[in-house]
Amino acid sequence: MFGLNRGDTLLLLLVAILTALAPFLLNPFPEGSSLAQFNGGYPDLMQRFVIFGIFAIGFNILFGLTGYLSFGHAAFLGVGSYAAIWMMKLLTMNVIPAIILSVIVAGLFSLLVGYISLRRSGIYFSILTLAFAQMSYALAYSVLTPITGGETGLQPKLSDPRVLDTMLGADGTSRANLFGLEMGQSWQMDWNGWVFTFNTGYYVAAFVMLIAFYLSIRIFRSPFGLMLRAVKTNQNRLNYTGVNTKPYTLAAFVISGMYAGLAGGLLVAMDTQVGPERMFWTASGEVVLMTILGGVGTLIGPVLGAGLIKYMENILSKINEGLLEKWFAFMPETAGDIVVTVLALFTGKGWHLTLGLIFMLVVIFLPGGLVGGLIQGGRRMFRTGDRSADRKVKSNQTPPTSTPVE
Amino acid sequence: MAVLQVLNVSKRFGGLQALNDVNLSVEQGHVHAIIGPNGAGKSTLLNCFVGKLVPDTGSVMFDGKSLLGIKPHEINQLGVSRVFQTPEIFDDLTLLENVLIPSFAKRDGGFKVNWWPRVDRERVVRDHAESVLQEIGLYEKRDEVAGSLSRGDKRRLEMAMCLSQDPKLLLLDEPTAGMSRADTNATIDLLKGVGEARGITKIVIEHDMHVVFSLADKISVLAQGTVIAENTPELIKGDPRVQEAYLGGPQE
Repeated sequence: MFGLNRGDTLLLLLVAILTALAPFLLNPFPEGSSLAQFNGGYPDLMQRFVIFGIFAIGFNILFGLTGYLSFGHAAFLGVGSYAAIWMMKLLTMNVIPAIILSVIVAGLFSLLVGYISLRRSGIYFSILTLAFAQMSYALAYSVLTPITGGETGLQPKLSDPRVLDTMLGADGTSRANLFGLEMGQSWQMDWNGWVFTFNTGYYVAAFVMLIAFYLSIRIFRSPFGLMLRAVKTNQNRLNYTGVNTKPYTLAAFVISGMYAGLAGGLLVAMDTQVGPERMFWTASGEVVLMTILGGVGTLIGPVLGAGLIKYMENILSKINEGLLEKWFAFMPETAGDIVVTVLALFTGKGWHLTLGLIFMLVVIFLPGGLVGGLIQGGRRMFRTGDRSADRKVKSNQTPPTSTPVE
Repeated sequence: MAVLQVLNVSKRFGGLQALNDVNLSVEQGHVHAIIGPNGAGKSTLLNCFVGKLVPDTGSVMFDGKSLLGIKPHEINQLGVSRVFQTPEIFDDLTLLENVLIPSFAKRDGGFKVNWWPRVDRERVVRDHAESVLQEIGLYEKRDEVAGSLSRGDKRRLEMAMCLSQDPKLLLLDEPTAGMSRADTNATIDLLKGVGEARGITKIVIEHDMHVVFSLADKISVLAQGTVIAENTPELIKGDPRVQEAYLGGPQE
């Protein structure tokens, strides 16, 4: 279906079903129960899951296929966000023009950055992209304040011109919408104590993510994708095979930059604001973590990685000491105190510590990331003569350490 | 007719005159061997054919076009394929994918964002790649990862990659270096069989006299950056200058 083979079609359908049912799946605990804390099914977080999923899918096209590790992709996300917010200020609060412009602007910017950075490879390439991103951040933060709003960032205001909206006689709202359908709008469904929230913005973003995911599958399975994987394996051979590798890497760079811009535009479409911190180097590092955690070069890995990190960032960081004390009140006092003190290190503001631990465990024990681990586990279970799983591992390009020597 | 014409090529690296006024003419359909002791300039000469080095003076004409100053991938697109001293293949990809890549490069040129079609639906290219693998005897292993192959098989795969492009000229840089006697003989048979059927012109750079004398139609002997003799294998064998360069010259 959709021009994909059976495995890929199933994967796409599975992702489609999971994203459609996310409001249920992410809210497994009844409202008001002590575990409701762990519910991730609220609009803001669900939007982040899919939007950062898009960011990571795009990053994986560059990093996963060509092996070029960019440390500056947040710059493209940020540029896309600024482009989107200006579209909302000047033209219309409809999200479509904003998202389109964010993709175009991020694409052009990544063409410039990529053209220069790709003169080098390896660590020098990474450092160049990092330098570009930090320069963009610094510019947005100070020099370009008239365009970026500096430290405070930008939001649509009622006084903005919004030419198209005025022309069409729309009211002067500053709420993002899709032809009148407001992004912030939600419906709630109560069912025996469970509360499920269905948010317009989430479903718009999820739909865009599915398209982005589908396009990435096509790229992975195409002759173009094959060339990109060849770049990663042996660029020298590729040059002597009649392939001009530079435009291939640049194309991959620009495509992933456009994905980042799309994610940036969608972020603005959801919360109609942007600040320079979106381009800070930690944001660039985060997408690297997402991709590696989920599985570099796998189709679905980056989305899983993005989901896991965003979940921890939003859920784990909300668990404070008071909450922990309440949970462990049943224990004897000293034992409870010890447990709370230790756990407090890993929750609340210390959630990065948990992330770091998980990241270390994954990198050491599952070199192919979570998805690589799943495939390996699956292979171990069906070791006898299941060749289709083999092929999947190969075509998904897990690092050579985990490729079988049979 | 000469496919490759090398005229008065010189190349200097600092104080070292690596190539000194080299002239070479490779005939269509011939296997032309370039031999010589270590440091004679064989690899430097080869690198002048593939776009890695540009000679200081002289010209290299292939099929009527100059090869100087154009990039390796452009030279390949003109019909020159090369085999490296240590097999250069795509270790992480399957054998079939290894052969598909040069086939796509041949069809699509140096760069094409061909992102919509599926590789496994590209029937024509796939059939072609599979037939080349069949010819070279690696078809059964087509879904294995290339990095896990033995050295001899890696060399065969590299040959398959070159052959899939139907090159006009095939450059072989010490194709049997580091191989066992059995692998060497297998490679000789491979080069003989596959090449002759298609009439591909070949340039072989080689140390191993056994290989050279079993393959070559013509031999050029390089010593200290200069061609000291160029003749058929029989006549080269008895040439006193060649014996001196190999057995007791000043550079040994």
